[in-house]
Amino acid sequence: MRDKILIAGNDAIAEAGIRAGCRSYFGYPITPQNELLEYMSAHMPKAGGVFVQAESEIGAINMCYGASAAGARTMTSSSGPGMSLKLEGISYLAGSDLPCVIVNVARGGPGLGNIAPGQGDYFQATKGGGHGDYRMIVLAPATIPEATELTMLAFDLADKYRTPVLVLVDGVLGQMMEPVEFRDPVDPATLPPKPWALTGAQGRPPNIVTSFFLDPQELSELNLKRQDRYRRIVTQEVRYEEFETGDATIVIAAYGTVARIARTTVKLARNEGIKLGLLRPITLWPFPYAPLRALSNRVKVILTVEMSAGQMLEDVRLAVAERAETPFYGEMGGIVPTPRGILMEVKKYASYDAEDDQGF
Amino acid sequence: MPVMTQKMTKVFERPRSLADIEFTYCPGCHHGLITRIIAQVIDELGIQERTVVVGPVGCSVFVYQWFRCDGIQSAHGRACAVATGIKRVNPDLIVFTYQGDGDLAAIGTAESIHAANRGENITVIFINNQIYGMTGGQMAPTTLIGQWATSCPDGRDAGLAGYPIRFSEMVAQLDAPVYVTRQSLYDQKRIMATSRAIKKAFQYQVECKGYSLVEILANCPTSWHMTPTQANKHIADVVTSVFPLGDLVDRG
Repeated sequence: MRDKILIAGNDAIAEAGIRAGCRSYFGYPITPQNELLEYMSAHMPKAGGVFVQAESEIGAINMCYGASAAGARTMTSSSGPGMSLKLEGISYLAGSDLPCVIVNVARGGPGLGNIAPGQGDYFQATKGGGHGDYRMIVLAPATIPEATELTMLAFDLADKYRTPVLVLVDGVLGQMMEPVEFRDPVDPATLPPKPWALTGAQGRPPNIVTSFFLDPQELSELNLKRQDRYRRIVTQEVRYEEFETGDATIVIAAYGTVARIARTTVKLARNEGIKLGLLRPITLWPFPYAPLRALSNRVKVILTVEMSAGQMLEDVRLAVAERAETPFYGEMGGIVPTPRGILMEVKKYASYDAEDDQGF
Repeated sequence: MPVMTQKMTKVFERPRSLADIEFTYCPGCHHGLITRIIAQVIDELGIQERTVVVGPVGCSVFVYQWFRCDGIQSAHGRACAVATGIKRVNPDLIVFTYQGDGDLAAIGTAESIHAANRGENITVIFINNQIYGMTGGQMAPTTLIGQWATSCPDGRDAGLAGYPIRFSEMVAQLDAPVYVTRQSLYDQKRIMATSRAIKKAFQYQVECKGYSLVEILANCPTSWHMTPTQANKHIADVVTSVFPLGDLVDRG
């Protein structure tokens, strides 16, 4: 029987990283993720691992690039402004096919924004951000237990597909506490070997880690191979959760903290006889287009709710096309929507629920 | 072919650690010479099978190809951070960066200074040729006052672009570095001194003594618009008056 402990999101994600067999962490302080870095500074050395407080987020991500190239499971974390700095390194990680786990405890933006929770980094996380044709798996937990599960999964996916993986949470999930039952730790010695890693050219030709290929044909072929790998990820790694969608006529699409709040809205709405459901993408890339498409064939409204001006909304609309209405409700600046606030938005479309379709 | 009956003794050969690939450098450039010296040192210390080359962006962007060692390419300026990551997770590896003046002393200033300040047990080879060679001859942070470059067509003006950065002096005032030296290659004596300096820097890393920086005043005949001979004379007569040669720190 494993113990349940009460732990804050930032600490829990750090602990999950160590339990995933990660023995190197490089970071730079930024609110609201500081506790993650502090937890690593205390616990990584105890686990026999490496902790370095870097000179900047650029330094940190490039230390990860080096550590990953040397074959180690490695991790960094930041928040909005720091994530912007890491994008250069993320492009190089992707371009060199290196695994790495990155955590963004997102805050209000753009610019320095504020330190309250936000979801305005969705485009940056899912559409590239850095230069070149690359993708990054993006995992968006809605609870702290799930954040620990997904952080451990992130390391497996990063190694399996040799790609950076982002765990995207926000200030709420980073700061709040919940009871967590951790999975058993992974012994780094039991992880599969990485024959491509820089371990010294002993008894083999030199290994080279690079994203630099002057020959257009060669670079094109490498990109095509990488795109094949991305297609495999799209086929195999989509994760999402549906809640009360079976008989729903209105469905909320939301992720992370907002999805958690929207769950309460679903219960409130159902108490009032509104057939509301929730679709929660767990992977933001690859995005659950197919389940949304399926839903859009039988519901009338898919309401996207985000702590942004409407970023995931674009993916929802790609999935739904014209098959259902796709309104949006968003809050910015670090304002967190309430269950009743979302319910008020839902009620605007509740008339669409009428049998005779008069609402349209 | 006449049959050799006498026993031959090999007195000179290509270092084993130097790959048999043609350099991409211009004729007369010092990069090739420095690469060969490093390969020789790797051979002499017997560390080829545990050395990792961390490459920069610039003329030496392909540096990892010239060695029979594992190698990695870095984003522009980030080599010291990349080297930190490699060395920290596998301290048995011998990790060196090879960086030009733009990479180390302009875009990579933060990464370079802080790796030195943490005393990372790595070796940094810093090629200071006072110009951006690969991009076509623009001003470097080390470009001399009055020196012509494509982005300072009237010569470097201190009022507009500041003064040549003495990066080694900056690093030398930190507490952590064990060895900081500035060398050159303009004559045979200086080439031998550079070889000894590079060997010492690697030796200190092998002995886990800490961070070393070997700055080498190199030429760029192409962008300086000089012959290699003129370029060597320019280094001896002019460049060394701005960047004095010698050890700045030796705590080994």
